[in-house]
Amino acid sequence: MNAAQRTALTVRGRRRLTRTVQYGVFAAALIALIALADWGRIADSFLQVDIAADMFPAVWTAFGNTVAYTLLAFVFGMLVGVPLALMRVSGFGPYRWLSTVYVEVFRGLPALLVLFLVGFAVPQAFPGVTWPGGVYGQVAIGLGLTSSAYIAESVRAGIQAVPPGQVEAARSLGMSHTRTMISIVLPQALRIVVPPLTNELVLLTKDSSLVYVLGVTASTMELTRFARSELTDTANATPLLVGGLLYLLLTVPLSALARRLETKGDRR
Amino acid sequence: MSTRLVTIRGLHKRFGDNEVLRGIDLDIDEGEVVCLIGPSGSGKSTLLRCINLLEPPTSGTVGAAGHDMTHPDADLDAARREIGMVFQHFNLFSHLTILDNIAIAQRRVLGRSKAEAHAEARRRLAEVGVEGKERAKPAQLSGGQQQRVAIARALAMGPTLMLFDEPTSALDPELVGEVLAVMRGLAADGMTMLVVTHEMSFAREVADRVVFLDGGVIVEQGPPSQMLTEPTTERAQSFLRRVLHPVD
Ligand SMILES: Nc1ncnc2c1ncn2[C@@H]1O[C@H](COP(=O)(O)OP(=O)(O)OP(=O)(O)O)[C@@H](O)[C@H]1O
Ligand SMILES: [Mg+2]
Repeated sequence: MNAAQRTALTVRGRRRLTRTVQYGVFAAALIALIALADWGRIADSFLQVDIAADMFPAVWTAFGNTVAYTLLAFVFGMLVGVPLALMRVSGFGPYRWLSTVYVEVFRGLPALLVLFLVGFAVPQAFPGVTWPGGVYGQVAIGLGLTSSAYIAESVRAGIQAVPPGQVEAARSLGMSHTRTMISIVLPQALRIVVPPLTNELVLLTKDSSLVYVLGVTASTMELTRFARSELTDTANATPLLVGGLLYLLLTVPLSALARRLETKGDRR
Repeated sequence: MSTRLVTIRGLHKRFGDNEVLRGIDLDIDEGEVVCLIGPSGSGKSTLLRCINLLEPPTSGTVGAAGHDMTHPDADLDAARREIGMVFQHFNLFSHLTILDNIAIAQRRVLGRSKAEAHAEARRRLAEVGVEGKERAKPAQLSGGQQQRVAIARALAMGPTLMLFDEPTSALDPELVGEVLAVMRGLAADGMTMLVVTHEMSFAREVADRVVFLDGGVIVEQGPPSQMLTEPTTERAQSFLRRVLHPVD
């Protein structure tokens, strides 16, 4: 009894010691970083207030484009992804196979490659074809194709998470398969997938930076491209910091929202 | 004189290698209340679900509410409107309010207007004694209230036949009575009912006939006075001994 107690104390004591050592190492590293860094130099290249101020108000156009590209791609992704999800759970084989192939293809390809395909390969292969909406249309489709594959997978998981009893109750009331999907299963599935879809929106916000490969003009530039051209113009990294902060302005609240919806969903 | 509302002939149902129903013949007349009893796994739920074809039979024929359910061209959706079903776990639509739970099929299946459907929903809610909860979500109701709403939802479609699958098994004991009371009322109004239940006092009091299912066959059936007190088969006797005197 006494020996066991002593062992327990020792174990707890050892744990406390390890913890103290970890704090110590962490503090030492932080102090070293602060002491050794060339703060003047860092401030010069990242924190020039006048350069930051000069970016306004032009940066808002780029910010607006980032938001627009993200939303367009998301809307396209939903319009294609939700029907794909319905096809994946369909009783009709060919629908399932088609949507499975689509999802595997667009989940397996880099978003950048798809964007190249939409932006360059398709117009070249089909000379008459122009995407509706110019760059905005290209982006909606180019990023939306990839996004729709992820959205389809999320929504399929959501559909399958709806308890089978809900479908049985609907069918026993005389609702057709389609009516049951529309009125009972999808509304519940979409509620379940709001958190993963919010995460998809965060990913799309960042992926919208890929749009620069389409060769954008001043009016269609998004945040990353804008920050980079400012970087070139000013030979200073401050624009990257400003651009980065503006991304976080979008993504951090979205991530927080996704987390909140997740815990709320658990309680339901 | 009376109409047949259920006609089952040679019904078999197999899940893989597991033959759950092994040749069921059963008739139910209009206005009759039939209680289906039997040990767990004997196929009671499966039999019920084969009647509205939630579960397609492996072989045999099923007629219900005037529809030839097993005919290849049967309009199952049309038939199911006339066959109400109440589940052990209520299965209320969790995303809809109580009122919309009862209104949605009226509107989407019967094509009633929102006003009509809501008026009917309120009438049915009053009938089952759940009032003042129209705007609540199912999760905010007690189990007994949820089950009564589920009954109201089925009744709002104007069914001629009601199927109940252990409607009180998932309820706390003190809530069983309120659901059985609603079912008694229905029976008294002449509703044709097939009820899977372990509530022997309900069966004794309300049923016109008690059917004992075991091993996927109907072993014995008869009026409750005889079936529940002096069953002739050994299997029914031992089953009833177990459910009526679980402590022995
Ligand atoms: N969808 C299914 N797939 C495979 N097997 C099933 C399925 N549904 C039921 N079974 C099997 O059929 C048998 C009878 O099940 P059923 O639910 O009809 O019994 P029950 O008499 O209602 O029992 P309980 O009193 O426990 O509800 C069980 O062995 C069960 O495992
Ligand atoms: Mg059962």
